[in-house]
Amino acid sequence: MLRYTLTRLLSLAISLAVASVVIFLAIEILPGDPAAFMLGVNAQEDTLAALRDQLGLNGTLWERYVSWVGGMLTGDFGTSYTYRTPVAGMIADRLWISLPLAIYALLLSTLIAFPAGIWAASRRGSAADVGVMGTTQLGVAIPNFWFAMLLVVVFAINLQWFSAGGFPGWDEGFWLSIKSLTLPAIALALPQASILARVMRSALLDTLSEDFVRTARAKGLSRRQALWRHALRNALIPVLTIIGLQFSFLLAGGIIIENVFYLPGLGRLIFQAISARDMIVVESVVMLLVFAVILVNFLVEIAYALVDPRLRHRA
Amino acid sequence: MMTNKPFALGLAGAFALTATLAVAQQSDMTIGQQLEPPHLDPTSAAAGAIDSVLYSNVFEGLTRFGPDGSVGPGLAREWEISDDGLTYTFHLAEGVKFHDGTTMDSEDVKFSLDRARAEDSVNAQKALFSGIESVEATDPATVTVTLKNPDGNFLFNLAWGDAVIVAPESIENIKTTPIGTGAFMFDNWVQGDRIELTKNPEYWGEPAMLDAVTFKFISDPTAAFAAMMAEDLDVFPAFPAPENLPQFDADPRFKVLVGSTEGETILAINNKLPPLDDVRVRQAIAHAVNRHEIIDGAQFGYGTPIGTHFAPHHPDYVDLTEMSQHDPEKARTLLEEAGVSLPLQLKMTLPPPSYARRGGEIIAAQLRQVGIEAEIENVEWAQWLEATFRGYDYGLTVISHTEPLDINIYARPDYYFQYDNAEFQKLMEEVGVESDPDKRSEMFRQAQTTIAEDYVNAYLFQLPLLTVAKTGVEGLWENAPTQAADMTAVHWAE
Repeated sequence: MLRYTLTRLLSLAISLAVASVVIFLAIEILPGDPAAFMLGVNAQEDTLAALRDQLGLNGTLWERYVSWVGGMLTGDFGTSYTYRTPVAGMIADRLWISLPLAIYALLLSTLIAFPAGIWAASRRGSAADVGVMGTTQLGVAIPNFWFAMLLVVVFAINLQWFSAGGFPGWDEGFWLSIKSLTLPAIALALPQASILARVMRSALLDTLSEDFVRTARAKGLSRRQALWRHALRNALIPVLTIIGLQFSFLLAGGIIIENVFYLPGLGRLIFQAISARDMIVVESVVMLLVFAVILVNFLVEIAYALVDPRLRHRA
Repeated sequence: MMTNKPFALGLAGAFALTATLAVAQQSDMTIGQQLEPPHLDPTSAAAGAIDSVLYSNVFEGLTRFGPDGSVGPGLAREWEISDDGLTYTFHLAEGVKFHDGTTMDSEDVKFSLDRARAEDSVNAQKALFSGIESVEATDPATVTVTLKNPDGNFLFNLAWGDAVIVAPESIENIKTTPIGTGAFMFDNWVQGDRIELTKNPEYWGEPAMLDAVTFKFISDPTAAFAAMMAEDLDVFPAFPAPENLPQFDADPRFKVLVGSTEGETILAINNKLPPLDDVRVRQAIAHAVNRHEIIDGAQFGYGTPIGTHFAPHHPDYVDLTEMSQHDPEKARTLLEEAGVSLPLQLKMTLPPPSYARRGGEIIAAQLRQVGIEAEIENVEWAQWLEATFRGYDYGLTVISHTEPLDINIYARPDYYFQYDNAEFQKLMEEVGVESDPDKRSEMFRQAQTTIAEDYVNAYLFQLPLLTVAKTGVEGLWENAPTQAADMTAVHWAE
């Protein structure tokens, strides 16, 4: 187990180092000058030079890369060009919305998908199975931003149960904040739950047809007992993979939903920062997301080993 | 089930809370705005979003814009101008305090103006202050400003958001904690979501009528529509989705105000790029463009056609739209006379606002009718500034110039459309030092005619200010003489 963990950690570190170079170069070659963006069309040349100097934009590419990576290693993400506040604080603020939203959506998606997938698999070919498959097909096909707008029209505009978007902030009350994340979480969760339910069902059907399940049935277990005691655990590996991918997607890919519900999350931050050429913010947020994705993959691989003892010994 | 129960209770509680808020909601107001300010210092950025939140509400200048665009007294209640037009003596309002309790006096005025024109100044409109020779704090309530040359625009310049009075004590943190003298005080900024202002109980002038104002930032037009319909917002000035206005108009809960801005929307032409350096080719483009089609197609009918670079609501405006009537036949003849081989390929860059993206596509179709192939390139603002505005790498571009009274940009030969007319430059120099109002009007009329005759750009329409508000909201600015959402006189109807 230790060796398995260590090799995974090493590949994590290499991925991060490569990612930092790629991100930095990709963003630095974008045309556009943050100083010109901030000062607009009437700015004089000397004013622009003064601002560039203030922002520290005059160093070479290599110097700026080293100071960026060096800063991150010591926990200093730099200062945003446009907002003029520390990037770390900005990211932390936004993370307090994006992270709970991703977890909320993932919980909803898992809570829907597991029962639905298991139920469909245990009654293969029945009306229940066909119903679940049909509904999930629809759930996969509907774009989440469209579903989000539908939710807004029904629950915010017509029923006025929820506000159409925005986030009051955790200081204003826990339940008020949860409430404002509810529609976005549902919109994010529906397609994910549909995918997950289908994966759950097919993985379970695969294992149910395996020899060890027949053996379990032969030794006298009921179909249901065989499913819960033997098949389910073995079907979890593909499901865990999908959950890991989904979590990364929910964290990094909420940008459209954040726009529909005007939530000040990480996606919105990246969006604003790119158009303002606030490179230091873009680089740091993207780096953080890469880190999150790699970390989630790492945790998923550790989780494989936990559910499947064979993996522990193989590595 | 155990986890579900407190959740349901919590939701019920949250509903009860919103319900009580709704009943008490008579003295506060929530304003929607598309762009969020990058920071809160109006004196060091061009972002109009900063002024929209803070101008007049939190920060005040010596003079200020009224709702009709006139310049009136602000922190300076009166002033005298010497006969040679060089010395301005400002008498400041008495008993003005900054929101942190410190006194606003002539030293703060001197500090603010000197900071804006200093060598290391990062003021986006530094040129407004370049004519100042010196600023003296004569006594605590009097400031004397001496100019290098007489400047008929000086009082107008001081009304800009970039000329507001700030204090040396609070300048350090102005970007996150703005301290001004206005009728509202900055309270809280939840980045990405909203800015909250509260009433300044010790305001020196006419107090604000609302106790609190919240600006909420919603960039997506569809989300703006939903938030307004869900009654999360009370007002949305500069509403971004004109296609939805009829729906609000028909709904008794809302009203729609259609006003004007200082934004001349133009099809800018690179005057140095052959064959666009030939006035006949530029005239052909002007005749190929059909303004009404653009206003209907891109603006859903909102917008006043213009024939020159001047606001139609300005008293000195001359209607020159006749000079560039839609006439494709004439455009083709002009292109032929100029000896242009067709099809003429031109690069057209389009920045993000919908007037540019939608308008640009319509213009490209219209130009194709006369044999001009506009290759559309959609760009972000940062790209537009670098390549089009500063790099002159374009043939055509669609843009709205939102600064008030900005026809003098045509006197800058290095400005992105690269119009270089010595006579026009001389005229602008003269209007700058002229203080007789009649003569100034005459000069402005002349200037409008000159650029129209030279077909510097194709002039499309004046950008409208479309405001959606709840029916009970009163005291809003219908027009936008500067980018501001002046909330000081806004209130709920009895």
